[in-house]
Amino acid sequence: MPSDQRTVRVPLIRLCLARSGDKGDTANIGVIARSEAIYEWILEHLTPAFVKRHFDDLCQGEVERFELPNLLAVNFLLHRSLGGGGTLSLLLDAQGKTYSQFLLAAEVEVPEELIHADSRNAHQQE
Amino acid sequence: MKRLVIANCGGFWGDDPTAPRRQVEGGPIDYLVMDYLAEVTMALLQKQRARQPGTGYPADFLSHLRDVLPACVQRGIRIITNAGGVNPLGCRAAVNALANDLGIADRVKVGIVLGDDLYGSLDTLLSSGEPLVNMDTGQALSEIRAKVLSANAYIGAAGIVNALERGANVIITGRVADAAVALAPMMHEFGWSQTDWDHLAAGIVAGHIIECGTQCTGGNFTDWPLVKTYRRMGFPLVEVEEDGSFVVTKHPNTGGLVSVHTVAEQIVYEIGPPAYLTPDVVARFDSVTLEQEGPDRVRVTGARGEPAPAKLKVSISYHAGWRAFGRLLVSGPEALAKANKVAEAFWDCAGGRSAYDQALHQFIGWNACHAPLAACEPGEVLVQFAVRDSDERKINTRFAPQIVPRVLGTVPGITYIADQGRPRASEVVAFWPALVSRDAVTQRVIIGDEDIAI
Repeated sequence: MPSDQRTVRVPLIRLCLARSGDKGDTANIGVIARSEAIYEWILEHLTPAFVKRHFDDLCQGEVERFELPNLLAVNFLLHRSLGGGGTLSLLLDAQGKTYSQFLLAAEVEVPEELIHADSRNAHQQE
Repeated sequence: MKRLVIANCGGFWGDDPTAPRRQVEGGPIDYLVMDYLAEVTMALLQKQRARQPGTGYPADFLSHLRDVLPACVQRGIRIITNAGGVNPLGCRAAVNALANDLGIADRVKVGIVLGDDLYGSLDTLLSSGEPLVNMDTGQALSEIRAKVLSANAYIGAAGIVNALERGANVIITGRVADAAVALAPMMHEFGWSQTDWDHLAAGIVAGHIIECGTQCTGGNFTDWPLVKTYRRMGFPLVEVEEDGSFVVTKHPNTGGLVSVHTVAEQIVYEIGPPAYLTPDVVARFDSVTLEQEGPDRVRVTGARGEPAPAKLKVSISYHAGWRAFGRLLVSGPEALAKANKVAEAFWDCAGGRSAYDQALHQFIGWNACHAPLAACEPGEVLVQFAVRDSDERKINTRFAPQIVPRVLGTVPGITYIADQGRPRASEVVAFWPALVSRDAVTQRVIIGDEDIAI
């Protein structure tokens, strides 16, 4: 990005929506961008490494990412993240139902225009 | 052009019991699909049937059916459900009795789909060269063979289609792929063949979107402030056309929201790679386009499919020990520091964490779902202790009795959860995902006395 571009620090929820669930001991988090420009940003910045870092305490395995450009979406698989999964797990959220909300709380530094372009759809309107 | 309306009335066994009636009475529908089988359910039902031979299916289904069956037969609405559990024939007997009771026996034609239940034929399968290794770990089934509680293949839509062709209006299956109950009526009504991959994929996408009930109509939705009300949540409908395009919607005057975003969130729910494997087709979830057609109406087009996979998925459940949970509420000030102190004292009294196969505690209200979000001190913390072990007695004699005494014997300001009682160990049922050859599974469809293998 150009060096004179202004950036803002925002929680991911300003940029995207997400839903999470489980398959055995793997959690999935589907992330949907609020615009095409944001989707491009996601492809570059919302990497498996980013997600792995954010879920450092919970995710014991690899993080994979798949792209669904038709939905402006990416799908993350967080392997070995549910304490054994399903009925074996002793974790309160053994199905990863809350993981999407936790990901959306992550703060990121983005070009200001990315936010303004989509304020009408944003989760918290200002 | 023919248009088919399929209504879902629940995302799991235990969903809103008013949904079936509301879906039938809320507007015109052609099919009502009802889901009762979570993975763990099959193990519970297999045990139930072992104790009492006529059982083995979710009894709640009958009360839901009582609410809607007269209206369905009168309006020609056909019902498709996996409520057969591990005993579809037993379930049929109960449905016939219900129809008799309601005075509509002559208008109810029950079709049964069998073939998914591999519990009785596991050893035959193993000796015939189906290793049933664990897909995730690669372990051989022999490691847990003696502990197996149930084994079911996820079968496709073919049996349901056959039952529809033969005129059944209540179709009861055991384990079928979740989306198959929605795909089958489309295949039947539109004459889609079993190799019509793009159409089949459209049906699977539709089925996947509605199979979790209100999760596509505004429930569990990121932008929750946009949902005007959760009151009388609308359960999903799909209006499908012959070309496989469909609209996701809900009845008028219901709560919730159907938008491109509520539907997109559900498409990516509990999926892996975008090539979504089902017994009938590999549906490309990266092919469909969503468009807001009107208020609470989202059109889905462009589904593409690829040939069905060579093998079927099997879910095998097995006994994996025992577990228990116990909770204490620690109030502030200094709730976190006190909670840590209680945890330390509790494990000491319970023999130490290392005395169990697995043991942990979590601070609900602070970090139980994920790492803490705020830096501020929580006002109170619910401490949840949990253990898992192969020894049921150890849990009941060493873990369980040590929870409540901590109220009197540790830090100040702990209150006990009134309705909890002393924890008791409950059985852990674990799952063993495996694959089986299609040849090893034969669907059978029974209507009346006519039993046809397909």
